[in-house]
Amino acid sequence: MAAPPPVSIVVVRDLSKIYRQGDINVTALNSVSLDIAPGEFVVLMGPSGSGKSTLLHIIAGIDQPTSGSAKVQGIDIARLNQSQLADWRNQNVGFVFQSFNLIPVLTAAENVELPLLLTNLSRKERRLQTQTALELVGLADRGHHRPDQLSGGQQQRAAIARALVTDPALIVADEPTGNLDAKSAADVLEILQSLTRTAGKTVVMVTHDPKSAAYGSRSLHLEKGELVNDAK
Amino acid sequence: MALPLRYNVRNVLVRWRTTAFTVLGIAAVVTVFVLLRGMARGIERSSGNTGDPRNILVVRKGSQAESGSLVTRDQFRTLQYFEEIARNEKNEPVISAELVMIVSAPRRGAAGEANTLLRGVTPRGMELRPQVTLKEGRWFTPGKREVVVAQRLASRFAGFELGGTIKAGPDRLTVVGHFDAAGSAFDSEAWMDADECRSIFDRDMYSSILLRPRDEAALTNLVARIQADKRLSLRAEREVDYYAKQTMTAMPIKILAGILGVAMSIGAVFAAMNTMYASVAARTREVGTLRVLGFSRFAIVLSFLIEGTFLAMLGGLLGSLLAWSVYAVVLLRGINFGTMDFQSFAETVFQFRVTPDLMLLGVLFSAAIGFVGSLLPALRAAQLPVISALKSL
Ligand SMILES: Nc1ncnc2c1ncn2[C@@H]1O[C@H](COP(=O)(O)OP(=O)(O)OP(=O)(O)O)[C@@H](O)[C@H]1O
Ligand SMILES: [Mg+2]
Repeated sequence: MAAPPPVSIVVVRDLSKIYRQGDINVTALNSVSLDIAPGEFVVLMGPSGSGKSTLLHIIAGIDQPTSGSAKVQGIDIARLNQSQLADWRNQNVGFVFQSFNLIPVLTAAENVELPLLLTNLSRKERRLQTQTALELVGLADRGHHRPDQLSGGQQQRAAIARALVTDPALIVADEPTGNLDAKSAADVLEILQSLTRTAGKTVVMVTHDPKSAAYGSRSLHLEKGELVNDAK
Repeated sequence: MALPLRYNVRNVLVRWRTTAFTVLGIAAVVTVFVLLRGMARGIERSSGNTGDPRNILVVRKGSQAESGSLVTRDQFRTLQYFEEIARNEKNEPVISAELVMIVSAPRRGAAGEANTLLRGVTPRGMELRPQVTLKEGRWFTPGKREVVVAQRLASRFAGFELGGTIKAGPDRLTVVGHFDAAGSAFDSEAWMDADECRSIFDRDMYSSILLRPRDEAALTNLVARIQADKRLSLRAEREVDYYAKQTMTAMPIKILAGILGVAMSIGAVFAAMNTMYASVAARTREVGTLRVLGFSRFAIVLSFLIEGTFLAMLGGLLGSLLAWSVYAVVLLRGINFGTMDFQSFAETVFQFRVTPDLMLLGVLFSAAIGFVGSLLPALRAAQLPVISALKSL
């Protein structure tokens, strides 16, 4: 018996995003199509302003396309309304930001636990899942520290723990190593890589740095809102 | 599900430099609010617990206050023989014809004079007011130009101490005792013998008549009978009802509390709004992050509302405690407050009180200020699209 063809987790078709600024239209994405299979570590590269973040935001359900469709796990996210999108993001996607975006007044563990407050898990289950996520990024003993008591690399690892605590199939990261030194960057990239290899997560990461790109299983290049090649 | 409360509490505390001013401002507003309410409460109490529900007070029809009322000796004689009136052991009718005069006396420790009520009272009248008890000295002896004054007045007027003298008409009265009237309106009076009082002021008439009917049925009957009697032209009502109406004196303070309350709370609302707008502006990206994580617009609005309300309630709590400390100091020092009675223009002494329920009212007042003040900032926080909130710096 032949194995069934891998079903794509992300299916993007003819996706365009046009920003209106006064009288000028800025085309951020121009008819982009792509497929991403489960377990892939896709790296998005391209010059500044080429539309990388825009594409990532649409796939993650925090921005809406002007035309075309973006399906994640079979759901056309462009068709969801605001509150459906909020729930969808909570359950299906983890987001890692360039500048970590941890809540400064909450401890690392409280930050990681935040997305779980929107689920109906018990307090005990939440604590357990939070601890597991912190262990996965090597911060088990740093849970009670506030972000300003952590190094940049530790903050980004806490942010990754927050992105994966709800066990989403898709994790998107926009220049996650942009604010980190080489050693911390390597730590973060190794964690993201191992998520795809051992936990079967799909990661889409934007980066400028070819060394970071080497951790990915596939690189995509955007230029002026269009994909220029799709090579392994 | 909403954001945890500790998120809001910590945000308020972390920004203490900017929030401290708002908290202090709201505290000041709440202090003044609670103190004014406490004064109104004190005045109401002094009028409210005056009188005995079994007594009837009779004044001339159309007169607002005892001091402005005139009851003739004929009217008194007619009333005296009404069979509805109770009798004591000596078979005398329990009825007291009294004269209420306004005398002025120098204030203690301040310039100028103020008015006080001088009541010519009879032995029956004293029996009818058992809440008035002698605290110091002795009761007056009729015919000796003696007077007993309320202890609370003594601290406000010069010459009201034991052995001091009060000018009454052409004569001077010697203070021989101090009484306590248990916070009732009599705490603002000086008492002397009724007949002596009439002779000093050369009055043929009385001001009011206080009497005790035999029972409740007799009381209802008597009130109706006096009211209906065209010749008498007198007004009869329960003593307690009469004094409850005098509560009107608390109105000026209540109005002042109302006007000040509104004016100050508008200021406080804007202060809270300003602080919350600044907080929202500083946390736009944080709000964007929370929304990416899946928190709804409603959760964000709720969170900022809770935060603004909590902030204001800190001020409210502080203000209530401050008002209570003022009350504690007043209590310790035994200070009494006076206000002008607008009917007799006599000073009314009252004790202002800051009670736990007033303090709670103060905190609720601050909560309302915080809620209203953070409404617009909270809506602004939730209004930005996720992506713009994320991109803001
Ligand atoms: N809100 C907006 N309004 C108008 N134009 C926008 C807006 N957001 C993005 N753009 C434009 O869309 C284009 C793509 O932006 P995007 O942020 O996706 O680029 P990027 O590839 O992520 O660049 P960088 O590497 O600098 O982060 C740019 O020309 C940008 O100026
Ligand atoms: Mg970008």
